[in-house]
Amino acid sequence: MESPSIETLTARLSQLEQQNEALRQEVAALRLEQKTYSQHKVDSNANGLDHATLLSEAETPFEKVTKLTNPEIARYGRQLILPGFGIQGQLDLRNCSMLIVGAGGLGAPCALYLGAAGVGRLGIVDHDTVDISNLHRQVIHNEARQGMSKAESAALSVRLINPHCKVVAHDLVLDSSNAQPIINSYDIIIDATDNAATRYLLNDACILGGKPLVSGSALRFDGQLTIYNYRGGPCYRCLFPTPPPAETVTNCSDGGVMGVVPGVIGCLQALEAIKIAAKINESDVPTMTIFSANASTMFRTIKLRKRKPDCIMCGDAPTITKLIDYVRFCGASATDKTPDLFLIPMKERMTVEEYKHIKDENAPHLLLDVREKVQFDICSLPSSLNIPLKDLSKQIDQVKDQLRGQSQLPIYVVCRRGNDSQPAARLLQEQGVTTGEIRDIVGGLDRWADKIDPEFPKY
Amino acid sequence: MATLNINLQFSGGMELLFDNQKSINVQIPSTFSDKAVEKHATNMRDLIAWTAENLVQERPELFLGNDGSVRSGILVLVNDADWELEGELEYEVQDGDEIVFISTLHGG
Ligand SMILES: [Zn+2]
Repeated sequence: MESPSIETLTARLSQLEQQNEALRQEVAALRLEQKTYSQHKVDSNANGLDHATLLSEAETPFEKVTKLTNPEIARYGRQLILPGFGIQGQLDLRNCSMLIVGAGGLGAPCALYLGAAGVGRLGIVDHDTVDISNLHRQVIHNEARQGMSKAESAALSVRLINPHCKVVAHDLVLDSSNAQPIINSYDIIIDATDNAATRYLLNDACILGGKPLVSGSALRFDGQLTIYNYRGGPCYRCLFPTPPPAETVTNCSDGGVMGVVPGVIGCLQALEAIKIAAKINESDVPTMTIFSANASTMFRTIKLRKRKPDCIMCGDAPTITKLIDYVRFCGASATDKTPDLFLIPMKERMTVEEYKHIKDENAPHLLLDVREKVQFDICSLPSSLNIPLKDLSKQIDQVKDQLRGQSQLPIYVVCRRGNDSQPAARLLQEQGVTTGEIRDIVGGLDRWADKIDPEFPKY
Repeated sequence: MATLNINLQFSGGMELLFDNQKSINVQIPSTFSDKAVEKHATNMRDLIAWTAENLVQERPELFLGNDGSVRSGILVLVNDADWELEGELEYEVQDGDEIVFISTLHGG
């Protein structure tokens, strides 16, 4: 046997040593996470951390300090030597408590930076659990934590970065029954939520509790940032007295969002919260910062109105003096989940099983997919015709062309979840494009993937 | 007829109502007249009605409110300032103005 050259051996050895080192680091990181997690589990069990205990934990004034410890000085050195921030700014931050509502795309970077920067106590509210489709933007969570409470996961990540920060995880849905005492027990509130109802709830609770509200939002390539109820500036209701019609509100799961966009806004929210805590730029006039990732001018800061004396919430004679039912007020639920639409009676629709049968039988029909083209490009059923719902009335002739004189051909309409397919089927019926049946598929392609074809992608 | 050159901009998803255009330069009449009312200098009320009639591709209810203003959830900026500071609907549009319509976002 030919013996390997010394060069080959050396190269192989160094390769293995590198792999060994990488594995050692991974083991160390996982051990640390395991330790922190199990410690926290023990803590939770010992204290029986239910809502009431959590609240009392949050309500207990945390110990404020007059000087930083040496480990703190070592950790925050780069901030301490900043003119305009310095030791006083760091102490102000250390003696401040902040509440982040939402541990999603905005809350993720916000919590990481606030925890790392040295906020004394950080509360994190979220009732959702970690899902793989969150991870492109909610970088505080990770793959191993799928199914874990987002509030817990976010708290764990902050503790791993900075054990000096006292993190409180509030694993609950914030509503008018529980919001006020929680808001009252923090100094600065950060709105990192994903729906209109919770935004109005937070606004009102912050007015009633006298807390500044650092509000961020993001969708597609756009983001917005405003501080409400701060230094004579407006509240959310001064700007938007009535909630938007529910059909004009788009959530991230329907509209899409570039992961970095809420990341940018979440970082800016952390920055604004730090500036409030450290009393920097206190003379600023109220503004809104608008971020458009794909415009030539990415950032635009606009001057906002001041507090409106006739505002029903923060005005001189407010008519709202306690929290109301925000889900009813907004006509939309307090989540970013898309609700099911019931426009057409179930018996006039078609199940995925029935459609599978039609396909298996090779029964002649036209399958019309009314999703947007970007979604159709991800995945589609074979030989389906794509006309997005919003173009359907203009392009009805294209459907007629497809029938090519087969005036009795049945048409089946499909979309992502079985919502858009209903108005589309209605439109086709009204236009009388076929004398055959026109039905839409309940649950859409999502249900097709769940019930019929596990290989079919879900997004 | 005298006209005003105005730059209209759309953001936060507003552009979807305008065929995905984020910026449109328009020329609008410098005066309008209501029924039986004398001519008056073009104000924001006129501009909003003109925009809905001439530029919104479909579903004007996603742009218009019911009082001649925009629907709730849209913030209007006049030259980078909240239009409330300029008089809202009564603001008289000037040649060269930049008017932005922003849909407020709720996602996160
Ligand atoms: Zn107000």
